[in-house]
Amino acid sequence: MLELRNITKRFGGVLANDHINITVEPGTIHAIVGENGAGKSTAMRVAYGFYSADSGEILIDGQARAINRPHDAIALGVGMVHQHFMLVDTMSVAENIVLGAESGTPFALDLDAAAARIRSLSDEFTLSVDPHALVEQLSVGQQQRVELLKALYRNARLLILDEPTAVLTPREVDEFFAILRGMRAQGKTIIIITHKLAEVLAISDAVTVMRDGKVVGRVNTQDTSAAELARLMVGRDVLLRVEKAVAKPGAVALKVTNLSVGSGVKVGSGFSRTSRILDGVSFDVRAGEIVGIAGVEGNGQRELIEAIAGLVDPARISGDVTFEGQSLAGLDARARRERGIAHIPEDRHRRGLLLEFTLDENVILGVHYRPPVTSGVFIDDKEVRRRTVDILQRFDVRPPDPELPARALSGGNQQKLMIGREFELRPRLLLVAQPTRGVDIGAIEFIHRKLVALRDEGCAVLLVSAELDEVMSLSDRLLVIHKGRIAGEVDPAVAKAGDIGLLMTGGH
Amino acid sequence: MKLLFPLVAVAAAFVVGGVFVLLIGDDPIETYRLLIGSALWWPDGIGYTLFLATPLIFTGLAVSVAFRAGLLNIGAEGQLYVAAFATAWTGIVFGHLPAAVLVPLCCVAAVGAGAIWGAIPGLLKARFGSHEVINTIMMNFIAVALASYFTQYHYRVPGDAIMQTAPISANAYLPRLGQAMPGFPERIPLNASFVLALLACGAVYVFLWRTKWGYELRAMGSNPTAAEYGGISVRRQIVLAMAISGGLAGMVGINEVLGYRHRYYDGFSDNYGFTGIAVALLGRNHPVGVILAALLFAILTRGGIPVDAFTQHVTKDIVQILQATIILFVAAEAFFRTPLTRLREGLRRGRLNG
Repeated sequence: MLELRNITKRFGGVLANDHINITVEPGTIHAIVGENGAGKSTAMRVAYGFYSADSGEILIDGQARAINRPHDAIALGVGMVHQHFMLVDTMSVAENIVLGAESGTPFALDLDAAAARIRSLSDEFTLSVDPHALVEQLSVGQQQRVELLKALYRNARLLILDEPTAVLTPREVDEFFAILRGMRAQGKTIIIITHKLAEVLAISDAVTVMRDGKVVGRVNTQDTSAAELARLMVGRDVLLRVEKAVAKPGAVALKVTNLSVGSGVKVGSGFSRTSRILDGVSFDVRAGEIVGIAGVEGNGQRELIEAIAGLVDPARISGDVTFEGQSLAGLDARARRERGIAHIPEDRHRRGLLLEFTLDENVILGVHYRPPVTSGVFIDDKEVRRRTVDILQRFDVRPPDPELPARALSGGNQQKLMIGREFELRPRLLLVAQPTRGVDIGAIEFIHRKLVALRDEGCAVLLVSAELDEVMSLSDRLLVIHKGRIAGEVDPAVAKAGDIGLLMTGGH
Repeated sequence: MKLLFPLVAVAAAFVVGGVFVLLIGDDPIETYRLLIGSALWWPDGIGYTLFLATPLIFTGLAVSVAFRAGLLNIGAEGQLYVAAFATAWTGIVFGHLPAAVLVPLCCVAAVGAGAIWGAIPGLLKARFGSHEVINTIMMNFIAVALASYFTQYHYRVPGDAIMQTAPISANAYLPRLGQAMPGFPERIPLNASFVLALLACGAVYVFLWRTKWGYELRAMGSNPTAAEYGGISVRRQIVLAMAISGGLAGMVGINEVLGYRHRYYDGFSDNYGFTGIAVALLGRNHPVGVILAALLFAILTRGGIPVDAFTQHVTKDIVQILQATIILFVAAEAFFRTPLTRLREGLRRGRLNG
């Protein structure tokens, strides 16, 4: 169906694709895997005409074709669904789908005919999308199916899906895969770009692995394993399972009692129910254990973490948080940090790092004002450098140049830098949100090992993650959050992902 | 590398200015030779150029410090007026004190008045979230009017036709260069304030890049949410940054009152506060850049006088065109950035291939 031959694409001095060869057989689901920056998306954007290759050939159905813009690709039956949806929220499904491919005359848009065709496509591929619904009223999963319909409406025979599961809940992923299998049965060819190995094994027929802009292997899914794929992706053996001993919980470190966070300032004794982002949450975390919070993003996790870290306006908070038996009420972020509470925020660009600042300057954020970094008024550059070099080395941050701006690091290295900085506080409570978001597989393994090691040193860890695998494998106890409330507690050692998924979505 | 873009902007402005000169009918090379030569002529050219650069260094620094904190201080003009008046008032009212006490006291008055005037919009932003640009502009009007009012109705020498206060005590005078350096004419008003300006640049550098307070200020300017995460009180930083900025702008009052006119003279500022924005922009909000940019603007101002007098057609308006063009080119930096970066990359690749 599609063949890329010797495709090379260069951005400035970076070789994004280095003589790559990818062959996708018709009627199959083909996975392309690799770490961030391996060149997966670039290769597919070349195939879709977003970029033109510096050299090499694209063959469709065995014939060399010139694909210079997406229009050419669409005409040849190639469709692409991007990681970030390209939909107009305030327009209907049908309007979104015909956008750019309107039928009828320039003066009369025949939406009814389009809607009828969309409905029949939706039935054919069991997408259950109502052409007249407004996009803003659809769930993320439904919006993704609208994107699929957009490609099908343009008679796509080959669909390229860029990280399609990143935004879906576990249940939605299952449904989505069922749809893909149905499409394959109807003769469509599908390319799926991902870095989640479990999904590759579940859905694909064949896999192409990329690393550093090159294709490093092509295997049939039934002949491979997650371990082999990970080794191809990273270039060395990777431990996919988190190895940890049974936790030895000590005294209660963090105790959260009936904690609520409102969306605005409370009036009088409380705020109205509807405005509660976090709603009467109670739990505790003991020294030496990892308590995980599973949940779909936006269900109050960020407010929970930030309220404990002291980053939420106290006027928005009700309830009580105690650390080692003492209430944290009235303490600002700095005072809480001084007590031994470290915080790895979910959004490293917005919260966690000063991107324009050097690694030196980032390493001291939060301790910049006190010994040993500063005694008196002046920052001790030698001490800062010692600290930075130490963290860069122990947390394997690359490149280990203390004078680089944080912006110059890859996501995984930024994350390691931030984790190193917080570990350096020798915390007795670590608040950590989405520790491996946008982080490569090799670094994920490293970060997970560090978190378990910190636990084993007796630190209490509160972990929030949207990755179900991650919270399940790291946590000693697991709470599920839904709409700002604790929907249940499960034992991560025995619970099934499906059951947790059900709790995450409130039982629907 | 950091210097490249401002330098290209200045060069481009000179080319555009040269075209104007040509169109008017004079020789651009000759005009520029006259402009720069006269501004650097010993001793009058240099003396006046450095004197004119002094207030611009202060206001350029003021705007830079605020900008490093992510704030736009458009109020340096008002801050320096309030400060100059406070300096004169102190020099009059405490005139009986000996110089060793009075001079520092007047300096404290200048810095303090400017700092308070800057801190007010800072407080309004920290407390109510009102935008500092609007408030600093409004504070300018209040400052100018207030200083005029007190001069007119309370501190003018009766019968004086000029809008100025009574003179300050001679104990408050800052020495001029001519007093310290034999052979340098005493009529040139270049005074100890220039040294103070250089010291202020050094102090700002040390403050911003060596102290914990400067770190907090820059962290807030770079990313306020991350600064908050790092335990930095964003509200306090806003007030502090605006106070420091205002205090630096206020130091213009030292040059004006203690070093030059020895009284408050109504409407004395030649838009120093606003030119300070351009100086900070051209100087990349760095103390060294501010000194260089202030010198450039001072050269243009000083050199404009003989250009006006000795060329056939060019008036000192051409100097203003030059200044404006420089600012335009610096502001439109992206305009150069892309071609320049490409050129550099092309050269590098050419070198690799060759």
